[in-house]
Amino acid sequence: MTQKPYLHIPHPAARPGEAPDFSYLELSDAGAVDRPPSDERARNIEYLAHELVRVLDDEHQATGPWDPSLDKEILLKALRYMVLTRAYDDRMQRVQRQGKISFYMQSLGEEAVSIGQGLALEPGDMLFPSYRNQGLFILRGTELVDLMCQCLSNTGDMCKGRQMPVMYQDPARNIFTLSGNLATQYPQAVGWAMGSAIKGEKHIAVSWVGDGSTAEADFHYALTFAAVYQAPVILNVVNNQWAISTFQGFAGGERRPFAARGLGLGMPGIRVDGNDLLAIYAVTRWATERARNGHGPTLIEHVTYRGGAHSTSDDPVRYRPQDEWAAFPLGDPMDRLLQHLLELGHWSDEKQTALEEETKMVVDDAWKEAISFGTMTEPPFLDAQLMFEDVYKEIPDHLKKQRDEMLKLAGEKS
Amino acid sequence: MSQMNMIQAINSAHDIMMEKDPSVVVLGQDVGYFGGVFRCTDGLQEKYGEHRVIDAPIAEGGIIGTAIGMGINGLRPVAEIQFADYIYPGFDQIVSELSRLRYRSGGEFFSPVTIRTPCGGGIRGGQTHSQSPEGIFTHISGIITVMPSNPYDAKGLLISAIESDDPVVFFEPKRIYNGPFDGDPDKPGVSWSSHPMGEVPQDYYKVPLGKAAVVEEGDELTIICYGTIVHVAQAAAKLTGVRAEIIDVRTLFPLDIDTLTKSVEKTGRCLVAHEATRFCGYGAELVATVQQECFWHLEAPIERVTGWDTPYPHAFEWKYFPGQKRLAAGIRKVMEAG
Repeated sequence: MTQKPYLHIPHPAARPGEAPDFSYLELSDAGAVDRPPSDERARNIEYLAHELVRVLDDEHQATGPWDPSLDKEILLKALRYMVLTRAYDDRMQRVQRQGKISFYMQSLGEEAVSIGQGLALEPGDMLFPSYRNQGLFILRGTELVDLMCQCLSNTGDMCKGRQMPVMYQDPARNIFTLSGNLATQYPQAVGWAMGSAIKGEKHIAVSWVGDGSTAEADFHYALTFAAVYQAPVILNVVNNQWAISTFQGFAGGERRPFAARGLGLGMPGIRVDGNDLLAIYAVTRWATERARNGHGPTLIEHVTYRGGAHSTSDDPVRYRPQDEWAAFPLGDPMDRLLQHLLELGHWSDEKQTALEEETKMVVDDAWKEAISFGTMTEPPFLDAQLMFEDVYKEIPDHLKKQRDEMLKLAGEKS
Repeated sequence: MSQMNMIQAINSAHDIMMEKDPSVVVLGQDVGYFGGVFRCTDGLQEKYGEHRVIDAPIAEGGIIGTAIGMGINGLRPVAEIQFADYIYPGFDQIVSELSRLRYRSGGEFFSPVTIRTPCGGGIRGGQTHSQSPEGIFTHISGIITVMPSNPYDAKGLLISAIESDDPVVFFEPKRIYNGPFDGDPDKPGVSWSSHPMGEVPQDYYKVPLGKAAVVEEGDELTIICYGTIVHVAQAAAKLTGVRAEIIDVRTLFPLDIDTLTKSVEKTGRCLVAHEATRFCGYGAELVATVQQECFWHLEAPIERVTGWDTPYPHAFEWKYFPGQKRLAAGIRKVMEAG
């Protein structure tokens, strides 16, 4: 046999019509991974990038050294916000289908990432989210009405009609404006963190990308700068297995975990069960401690599953088994937290039903209020003059001219 | 007043702004301990410390991306890209992020980054150290694009750029860092010390963004140019004996249309010149603007003298560079037409 070069084209474990197969996912048992001190040298803790930190076991008990021992109030808060995020998503998905908004992206199945991490961070920490982090906004208190108005591009839109749906921001709550360009926020978060250290402040920066976007140059710039300057930043990769139709193997996930991307730069990586809110909270606290005490950045990979389509413009039935999520070995993050709370006796099925009902009403009320600010088809409409504002701090002469031209034509009958 | 070359003037602008405003930070390749490959940041790290003058990894996208993040965090970063030819890895951060933060966020976020970068030819730099990519940047809404032609303007414009809350891409024609260059490579180099614009105040002053300068007054022809070509145009006008009004655009965007039109209305003839390639080059916008605003005053078609539409060659530099001969030919053509 002669040897020849070989071109490897990655293939997902299962396609439509085939049985889901997650045998490629390397799992650790809950409680099995050691928790080192947060100032441990990166080279001594490389195992964290390859193992899987888990706290909730199959019996829904919290176990092992990473158990953050959260009190009842925080656990219930986490559940409440996961339920709220899911209810918000559900509502927005449906109004998109009704043609009320042009586009939407759910975070179904990934809610624990935003809620777990959001709870572990301080209000002064600056967040540079990706497009599936709506939970961060909801947890930090951005009004649902404001999020909805953004999606509606109506008179209440924080972006003044300039961005497609889900590109939120909340400067008052230290959440950066979302970009539709992938991973651009990553080096920006590192720069923000460098700025924090330059100014001698304790605030850290946190950013998120998906598994697919780790292939972008910005991801690598961010890791390099974060490692070189030991910037106080937490960089997250939400590995939900799918980047639209390409599975995580196309971003290089077949060879080594995404958490290991920083090891070559001396940056610790932690691979965490992304559907285990307790584990997410615990590793995030570890990374915040490390960053705040001057020991530099951490890369966290959240192993989770994209429960819904990539967006309302996508149809996953065409490229992955329909029942794949049900077969995902790490389950549903909301259900796992609920089972844990039931197990602890802090919650009941009746209370959960009541919470879901109440949440649905909160979302309904918010939607009613949001559409009172207009929709794309019903007034009040945004003033088109806004198109010419905020390109620069002051409107330059040529834009005033173009604005006047637009207004003149708009005022004339065609 | 003191004599400064363009490097010293740029260095002085940094120094003054760093002294005045503790939020001003500098980052880029070799800008720190070494003071920059062209010495524009010489001595700044020693004076202001390693946290304010930061040597960066060789990653232009990372430099610009992190500068944006620093700007969001209340700092006022000045990022150096060592050569304009190297700016492209950072292009996405400039186009998709820096220029549009204010717009996309409804005015809530902005990042006051100044990106300085040496550009242009005439230094035997071949196709990777001679480019004039300004026209790519003037096409982007949301940034200001500047190119000074002398030390006085360089300092005053850079101070304005650093103070601006809008992002600025600041092109520095490196051929004239050390002295004005009239386009004749066979003549011995001239220093800025004998040039009136080499007289630079040591203190703070600003040259406003968005204002062109009439470098020479004339009534027969308007030459619109910027950067190194300003000096070439002056020499070429002298060569032809034409009383040309020479306008240095200085801020390429937003464009000072009034100064251009006032001049062309007076002279009735116009030549546009730049080093960059012609097709869809910045000159095309100048020609279109002058044509639209001054059509009934024009006595001849507007002429363009530019670099050829090829990459910038190493061996044929002086056949490529639009020197005195090409400009003089262009001047004669406009004068003889109509």
